[in-house]
Amino acid sequence: MALLQKNSNMYLTLVRLRRNRLAILGLLIMGALILIAIFAPWLAPYDFATQDLISAFETPSWEHPLGTDDFGRDILSRIIYGARVSLQVGVLAVFIAMVSGGTLGAIAGYYGGRIDGVIMRVMDVLLSIPQILLAIAIAAALGPGLLNLTIAVGIAALPTFARVVRGAVLSIVGQEYIEAAHCMGASDAWIIIRHILPNCSAPIIVQSTLRVAQAILAAAALSFLGLGIQPPFPEWGGMLSGARGYVRDYAYMTIFPGLAIMITIMALNFLGDGLRDAMDPKMKR
Amino acid sequence: MAPQRSAGKHMGNPTTAPPLVETRGLKKYFSTPQGPLHAVDNVNITIARGETLGLVGESGCGKSTLGRVVIRLLNPTAGSVFLDGHDIVNYGKEELRSFRRRAQMVFQDPYSSLNPRLSVEQLISEPLRIHKVFPNERETSARVKKLMDTVGLAQRLATSFPHELDGGRRQRIGVARALALGPEFIVLDEPVSALDVCVQAQILNLLHDLKDEFQYTYLFITHDLSVVRHISNRIVVMYLGKVIELADHLELFENPQHPYTRALLSAIPVPRVDIARKGRIILEGDVPSPVNPPAGCRFYGRCPSRQDICAVNAPELEEISPDHFLACHFPVSTGGN
Amino acid sequence: MDQQREHILDIRDLRVQYHTDTGLVKAVEGLNLSLARGETLGLVGETGAGKTTTALAIMQLIASPPGRIAGGSIFFEGEDMLAKSEEEKRHIRGGKIAMIFQDPMTSLNPVLSVQEQIAEMIRLHQKVTDKEALEKARDMLGLVGLRPERGPDYPHQFSGGMKQRVVIAIALACSPRLLIADEPTTALDVTIQAQILELMQQLKQHFNTATILISHDLGVVAQLCDSVAIMYAGRILEKADAKSLYANPQHPYTQGLFNSIPDMTKNVTRLNTIAGLPPDPTELPPGCCFAPRCAHASGACSEGSPRMVEYKPGHFVACSRMNGNGGGALGPAEERGQAHG
Repeated sequence: MALLQKNSNMYLTLVRLRRNRLAILGLLIMGALILIAIFAPWLAPYDFATQDLISAFETPSWEHPLGTDDFGRDILSRIIYGARVSLQVGVLAVFIAMVSGGTLGAIAGYYGGRIDGVIMRVMDVLLSIPQILLAIAIAAALGPGLLNLTIAVGIAALPTFARVVRGAVLSIVGQEYIEAAHCMGASDAWIIIRHILPNCSAPIIVQSTLRVAQAILAAAALSFLGLGIQPPFPEWGGMLSGARGYVRDYAYMTIFPGLAIMITIMALNFLGDGLRDAMDPKMKR
Repeated sequence: MAPQRSAGKHMGNPTTAPPLVETRGLKKYFSTPQGPLHAVDNVNITIARGETLGLVGESGCGKSTLGRVVIRLLNPTAGSVFLDGHDIVNYGKEELRSFRRRAQMVFQDPYSSLNPRLSVEQLISEPLRIHKVFPNERETSARVKKLMDTVGLAQRLATSFPHELDGGRRQRIGVARALALGPEFIVLDEPVSALDVCVQAQILNLLHDLKDEFQYTYLFITHDLSVVRHISNRIVVMYLGKVIELADHLELFENPQHPYTRALLSAIPVPRVDIARKGRIILEGDVPSPVNPPAGCRFYGRCPSRQDICAVNAPELEEISPDHFLACHFPVSTGGN
Repeated sequence: MDQQREHILDIRDLRVQYHTDTGLVKAVEGLNLSLARGETLGLVGETGAGKTTTALAIMQLIASPPGRIAGGSIFFEGEDMLAKSEEEKRHIRGGKIAMIFQDPMTSLNPVLSVQEQIAEMIRLHQKVTDKEALEKARDMLGLVGLRPERGPDYPHQFSGGMKQRVVIAIALACSPRLLIADEPTTALDVTIQAQILELMQQLKQHFNTATILISHDLGVVAQLCDSVAIMYAGRILEKADAKSLYANPQHPYTQGLFNSIPDMTKNVTRLNTIAGLPPDPTELPPGCCFAPRCAHASGACSEGSPRMVEYKPGHFVACSRMNGNGGGALGPAEERGQAHG
């Protein structure tokens, strides 16, 4: 693999990342969460939807390590299945935002002038609306459901990506090696694919990691408001929402989904910050 | 415009052979909020085949812009650039592509002119791949090996990345990349000013040897007169977008006529204690802004020998002795000083 | 103790190291240097020779981590800088030792007028009223060749050369005992460089401040300096008064440096330069650090660093070729003692 040549940038980034304990912790947690999401049917002790009204509101015990909810469903199983939804929404939404926002930002940054003006003014308008409100509006318009939730969160995150990518492209377009490529007779497509995009990958990757966390939070918030995943399918925000009526008497029902959200967000932020430090060429010593 | 054209034609080239590169009435203005910036203003120069033309001036004099217009990295505002008698200004996409194989450039900054994500091999082979010079990998990589030999880069560095190499080696990559397509004409934009003295000397020697071997034609752009002296055949001095003096390299050093050229020569810090501290011409003030330059001579504000006419009437570039061109009303030898 | 009194600055066996991703960089390795009052010393070397690190060590501004002063001592006016408290160091910086940086564009604060920036320096180190400080600031502007009326202007309204004048005014505002100028003219055009060098020459006579001029340019150093030290790979290879060094460079590296500069008075087609590159600072060669590139190197050169030898009065060379010449005459005196003459 050319990418992992001992002296390549990628390799150096990994070496630096390995030294950041918090980033490694974040990476490990995210790895574990992804495994949990993939193997949920084998890991979960119960089915997420099976109701058992006799054992409703059970506090944590050997049988139900995290207790049961108002319908007697096992909370641990629901959190395990919930990881699937949360990660899916987070990653897919960011992917939508990255591809569409990134393309718009790259076009704006590379060609500049009027194109740049039009694209970025539209992004400014989108940015001027609080992102959660924007997501609520889109989710309300599209109706509830996993896919619509993802699209809503993705569109809300799109302008940030357009800005980040445009900024990165602008800083690279000014470099002499782009001029050198023009001088060799390279086409625009060649220059963008071979020179510009690889050199803006660092801010894009960092931004993506940090944004996945925000997308998960936004999805949880939408579900909490009843605009996201519909019951009985488990989603951490939705679980919080369902449990909020019992928070005085059965606090554990809100604590565990809340902890799951918190741990995921924290892990992603640690990883994102670590990546930013590791990929920043100024950190090269 | 007519007299300038004829001036351009017979300027500077002692032999009868047509020049490889020629500019006629070349202008490049940039629009700024304060008005047009006259980066290059009516420049007529010729470069003979196999010649090295040194282009000297301070920052903001338009020397880098001129270098970029000459190889169409920038489009001129007016005027023409001829390569072998063909006006490259009107070249379309395909013609420009084949022009790129004949004219290349070495950039100033060996740090920002190389894509940090590409290895040495990838950097040098890029022009070959863009122009699909060879049908297969094997021939391409053989050519890259040969180029590395030519510029004095060890083969083991082929898989290295720019950040692992020092400035001198990086600049060798830049030179190899410029040579890859077998050009005739190479614009060298301050190729050694970012390097330490010892490395600078190594690169200057390399450029000199390459020229000996392959008969390249160079346009050597620099702010450092001491660097161009020994590599150039003729030297052009620019000030605020205009050519103010053009002469054979020895003539320019021994018999500078423009007050600015004289000041520039005397400002070079000589590494000798005995002569370093006497008889220096210190110019007043700074280079004025090239945005909306003054009507008369552009050097008027700083000129030690200025007179009233200089403020109104801009001097034209004229041949004052064979192959010595000057744009000054009061040259040094006629008592201007 | 006598030496400490007559020298304003006395650096002994200074070692500065940086911990980096690729290993331990020995940026300065056993450096000895002293400076008399009013003396202007040129510190010459290529990129990475350790010039700026030396300057930062004198200012006690080595960023830690990654850097640290691993050994040696720096006596300024007879007192050990390393033993001082952070408070005392702050008082010395700017007040007694001032520094001029290479890039005038970035060393000025863009949102403060230039007179405020000069006055700020004065207020930090002297007990004056705001009005007195501003007055002094305007005087300083006049001294560096700017019109005092321009005091309320902001840095972006000045050209590069004028900004460097402002930087010089800030540095000299508190009449420091020692001025460190790190490549003060490198970012400037030749004709502007000539102006600034002229100004520094005048100020040198006016203030008689001891100065260390850091430069890669032997030409610039020739204009201003009384003495010159040639630095390579963290060490000083040769030190002498300017006349002796320029007329008669002894170390092969110094000779190579001179040969690399295109001579304006001769017609040569190729330059005589030093082959190879400076050593990797994480893996310095044993013995003389220049030996791998040296045309005169022999087996002895890679065994132990050559001692500083007084080749002739006041002219010191660290080269094993010299050891037979001056080493015996000086007797068994300590190496560092010789270096200070």
